Amino acid sequence: MSERKNITVHEPLFHLAKRAQIQPWKAWAIRLAAIVLGLVVCGIVAFILIERLHQNPDRIDDFYYSFIKGSFTSNRKIWKFLKNMAILQCISLAVTPAFRMRFWNIGAEGQTLMGVLGCIAVAFYLGGTVPDWLLLVLMFIAALVCGAVWGLIPALFKAKWNTNETLFTLMMNYVATFIVSYFLVIWVPSGSSTLGKLKYGKLPSFGHDYLVIILVVLLLTIFLYVYLKHSKQGYEISVVGESVRTAQYSGINVKNVIIRTMLVSGLLCGLAGYLIGAGLDQSVTTESVGGQGFTAIMVSWLANFNPLVMLITSALISMLNSGAAQISQDFNVSGALPDVIVGIILFFIIGSEFFINYQVIFRKADRTAAKEGVK
Amino acid sequence: MEKNMALSMRGITKRFGSVVANNHVDLDVYQGEILAILGENGCGKTTLMNMIAGIYFPDEGKIFKDGKEVVIRSPKDAFALKIGMIHQHFKLVDLFTAAENIVLGVDEDGRYSMKDVNNRVSAIAQKYGFHIDPQKKIYDMSVSEKQTVEIIKVLYRGADILILDEPTAVLTPQEIDKLFEVLQRMKADGKSIIIITHKLHEVLSVSDRVAILRKGEHIATVNTCDATESSLTEMMVGKKVSLDIDRSEPVNVQPRLEVKELNCIDAEGIQVLKDITFTAYSGEILGIAGIAGSGQKELLEAIAGLQPIASGQVIFNNPKKDKPVTFFHKSLRKVKELAAQDAFHDKNGAPMRFKGMTNAQIRAQVAAENVLFREDEVMNLRNKTPLEIRSLGVRLSFVPEDRLGMGLVGSMGITDNMMLRSYRKGHGGFVDRKKPRALAEEIIKELEVSTPGVNTPVRRLSGGNVQKVLVGREIAFAPKVLMAAYPVRGLDINSSYTIYHLLNKQKENGVAVIFVGEDLDVLLDLCDRILVINSGAVTGTLDARTATKEEIGLLMTQTTTQRKEG
Amino acid sequence: MNVWLNFLIDSLAFGAVFMYGSTGEILTEKSGHLNLGIPGIMCMGGAGGCLVLNMIGKSSLPGFLIVILGILGALVMAMAMGLIYSFLTVTLRANQNVTGLALTTFGVGLMKVIMSKLDATVYLVGPKMLYRWPFADRTDALQCLGVMFFLAVIIAVMASVILYRTKMGLHLRAVGENPGTADAVGINVTRYKYMATCIGSGIAGLGGFYYIIDYMASQEAYLSLEAFGWLSIALVIFALWRPHMTILGSTVFGFLFSCSSYIANIEGITVTMAAKPLLKMLPYVVTIMVLIVTSIRNKRENQPPASLGLSYFREER
Repeated sequence: MSERKNITVHEPLFHLAKRAQIQPWKAWAIRLAAIVLGLVVCGIVAFILIERLHQNPDRIDDFYYSFIKGSFTSNRKIWKFLKNMAILQCISLAVTPAFRMRFWNIGAEGQTLMGVLGCIAVAFYLGGTVPDWLLLVLMFIAALVCGAVWGLIPALFKAKWNTNETLFTLMMNYVATFIVSYFLVIWVPSGSSTLGKLKYGKLPSFGHDYLVIILVVLLLTIFLYVYLKHSKQGYEISVVGESVRTAQYSGINVKNVIIRTMLVSGLLCGLAGYLIGAGLDQSVTTESVGGQGFTAIMVSWLANFNPLVMLITSALISMLNSGAAQISQDFNVSGALPDVIVGIILFFIIGSEFFINYQVIFRKADRTAAKEGVK
Repeated sequence: MEKNMALSMRGITKRFGSVVANNHVDLDVYQGEILAILGENGCGKTTLMNMIAGIYFPDEGKIFKDGKEVVIRSPKDAFALKIGMIHQHFKLVDLFTAAENIVLGVDEDGRYSMKDVNNRVSAIAQKYGFHIDPQKKIYDMSVSEKQTVEIIKVLYRGADILILDEPTAVLTPQEIDKLFEVLQRMKADGKSIIIITHKLHEVLSVSDRVAILRKGEHIATVNTCDATESSLTEMMVGKKVSLDIDRSEPVNVQPRLEVKELNCIDAEGIQVLKDITFTAYSGEILGIAGIAGSGQKELLEAIAGLQPIASGQVIFNNPKKDKPVTFFHKSLRKVKELAAQDAFHDKNGAPMRFKGMTNAQIRAQVAAENVLFREDEVMNLRNKTPLEIRSLGVRLSFVPEDRLGMGLVGSMGITDNMMLRSYRKGHGGFVDRKKPRALAEEIIKELEVSTPGVNTPVRRLSGGNVQKVLVGREIAFAPKVLMAAYPVRGLDINSSYTIYHLLNKQKENGVAVIFVGEDLDVLLDLCDRILVINSGAVTGTLDARTATKEEIGLLMTQTTTQRKEG
Repeated sequence: MNVWLNFLIDSLAFGAVFMYGSTGEILTEKSGHLNLGIPGIMCMGGAGGCLVLNMIGKSSLPGFLIVILGILGALVMAMAMGLIYSFLTVTLRANQNVTGLALTTFGVGLMKVIMSKLDATVYLVGPKMLYRWPFADRTDALQCLGVMFFLAVIIAVMASVILYRTKMGLHLRAVGENPGTADAVGINVTRYKYMATCIGSGIAGLGGFYYIIDYMASQEAYLSLEAFGWLSIALVIFALWRPHMTILGSTVFGFLFSCSSYIANIEGITVTMAAKPLLKMLPYVVTIMVLIVTSIRNKRENQPPASLGLSYFREER
């Protein structure tokens, strides 16, 4: 290779640089573009997967309309959408404090499930023997304690021995699942392992069955926003997440903050478990949380760990979910379609973050030309 | 003997933004010689060498290897041209053995066999007199062993030009001697060696020629046999530039911070501070001079409670205060006993012995807070956490070297950064943003910080503005001791002067200021006394009004053993 | 046949599912990427293989060709999933945890959609006998020790050999430990990351395929596949990031998992229904123990790769 050729090659065609800043509207425009692009790809994928669609290509607008139809065309659907969103939002809020501290807690699934188990266990054993209000209080306490314990265990090991929290919390999810199946075997002697709806321990409904849950989550959103933004503890979480060195410099006890924050996360997961157990199901199965613990991680991350923005992202994911469920019903395809749609949209939003954080700088053409000219 | 040119650089220029790191540098290296490159911190030595090693690409200029023009775009190109650099910060995979690190990235034909590699490594080691176990893991190695691995890594790739960036900075005197023996052997083997250093005696003992760089420019290249310490120092530091910093005479000087025989050992087991003893007085600026990485950072962090102390004391003296005696702590009998020993005095400072007073009169005097005693406010800060230090009432401010990684939170705005040291104040679980906000606005106004707003993340501000925010916060804390590590690094002239002015004002207010700096001109013009350290030990204390740059330069490069001998 | 021997063989056969999954995940993790998309990738691997078999299952192609084409189908589909993951995490430097979780959501969902459209009488009934060669006629546990079981063992051993006995493996481990150093000595970090992730995903995908077509060989097998993907990630910790150790580890996991159904057959031991979930929980508990013990002992060789979970950007120093 000639040396002259080398000279022009030394600067690559383009290089990446971290953006110093980006206007918020630009960032949102990029995200919106990603979602639109994702929806287009969803359409293409659906076209391939759904026979009825490629037999009648003109039904493609039905396909897109379903996303609205799935959530908003009847009162019942709106309530259901709000309920789904509230539960997802609650778990997303729960994982947020830990994530703001850069503690990769992917154990929300297990922590929430333990919360459900705790409150149902109380209802199972004490139902009917104590007054209803007391039962609800005891269920509440049990749910919170169970969730908190499940969150605390990995945090203690992280603080003491720096045990990898991602893998630890992941494993804890499965331990929780099998603990639930263990109790189901004990509670249901028939061997079917399905616990029917319990008669006791149902949250009172004001107006609508889901109203309490929605209000609680709404209050929790505001509470967590204030906690993270305006409390001393929230401030400490942000500092530890940004730089452990800075935290030490300012006199923060990093280990204590890790443990305390995971306690908060665990408690909130327990609360989510209570809402599911006492507010909705009055029962527990291994699928009580149904993977929302994982979805919540993405919801929280997409909202940049901001509780208020999370209302938008959890609404988006819930809408996609029920929309896709509507599609699978209307077009007679597998009930797993929502996962595919949500997955595709997530890929695009995740990918779009790159264009928000980095800038692609192309080599200036004139400089190359000048160098060629000089030789 | 006719020597062949191994490498030459012509008109090499490298700019970083508006800063010119190297300005039309010409340099020649012959085969079979040791060339020392000498210069102060930030004179562009390492940048120049990085361009030969393929880390940076020069903006202008040409490089010739064995008489042919070459283009070096990456470390791989450099290796292909048989040029290898041993960086100051080792680039090794801790988990691998020495041999595995050495063979990493080498394109060889034939079967990959660790046995062959081990043998070849041992052969190289034997040839040049290294001692190395090829199968030892890097994490089990001392710094000098790691350096050996880095050198063999370069030799293994067949390099005949070796660049060593401050190779002796991390070594003991015995290890340095051993390294120099090895370098001599390589030289005899026909290899060219470039060694970057600012230790004069090493230059004189090991090199054949010396190239001196100052402020990015090549000043001269001389034969070592014609050079002396003083001639080299003069070329290295240049003429003193007067900076026009107003320096007042210290008033009301009292010992404020006493550091006694301080020893620190870092996480890797290396002694970073050796028997450091000094006193910082109120109302003066104590400068700390030394080559980068001589223990400045560790010293300040040890004082601030961020670095565990192996042995020694850090004593903080508060100006003695008169405090009234109360019966809360002492009985009447005890008060009378102590009075007889002259423990108390009145508001005018005259001793109070309660002569001829009845018990009731004494009680009345005490109740009127007329009986005073001097409280002993001497505190040992050794191994206290920053929080404990603060809760003792010690107002110790610290402007760390790593502004965004330690002093400030980059993603937070100025207001939130103001709270970093004070957010615990006030009752209740919520932070009060009113006062920090007011402080932030005051700092923005007083120090002319240019920022879009108080909530703009400080990461987005320019270096000078970031530093103003940090220094402003630490000063707002009304410190008794203010420690600042490289507070003007990377700042433009105007911002630098703002900082000097702030430090001077603190000194006039009676604060004991400790200033770690790298520009000797600034140290000489700003400080009252200068403590010089080298390799974690104090090599001398100078009066800044009478000292010269050469004196400091010599102390900076002198080792403690030499000082004891001399 | 002796019930114990039967038990062991079944553990081995079951373990092969994890063997594939964790060998694939180890390769990926060794390049510094924690791929939580493995469950989704295994599912899609299974779907890919079955999709191909659905087309050729009843054709007159020679048996060995059907076997190979099925494996290729699984491989290609899983590698495509790996490609999505590496494009997002390596090139676009996205958060690895979030990307992995999204990939699992997507993969599990898509597999269910695809599998619900396939005809088990075509992709399963005929081909499963081919995959069980040479023990297709057996009726005991031995029948599952077919081609794909041996392939799993070979791949696990080969992965260890490549990682610890070749230059390529050395380079890959360097990339996962310290990408900055690897970059400085001229190793193409991006290429290694892509290669490790895609090949690792391909291997993991075979695990899903093996589970559906051979070990379970049932129409509903795909519904329970996801859980074993997560177990494969757990096994990586158990095997201390050494592929050959997955052979032992997966047998132990398989043993614990099938314990509940075998112990009951052994005289003198009775297993209550309640004990079954607890036995199934054991692999996870043991994994947590291993994770804790290794972090306490803090032996350098047994830790996750140092740069695991971090994306590499050269200009960031």
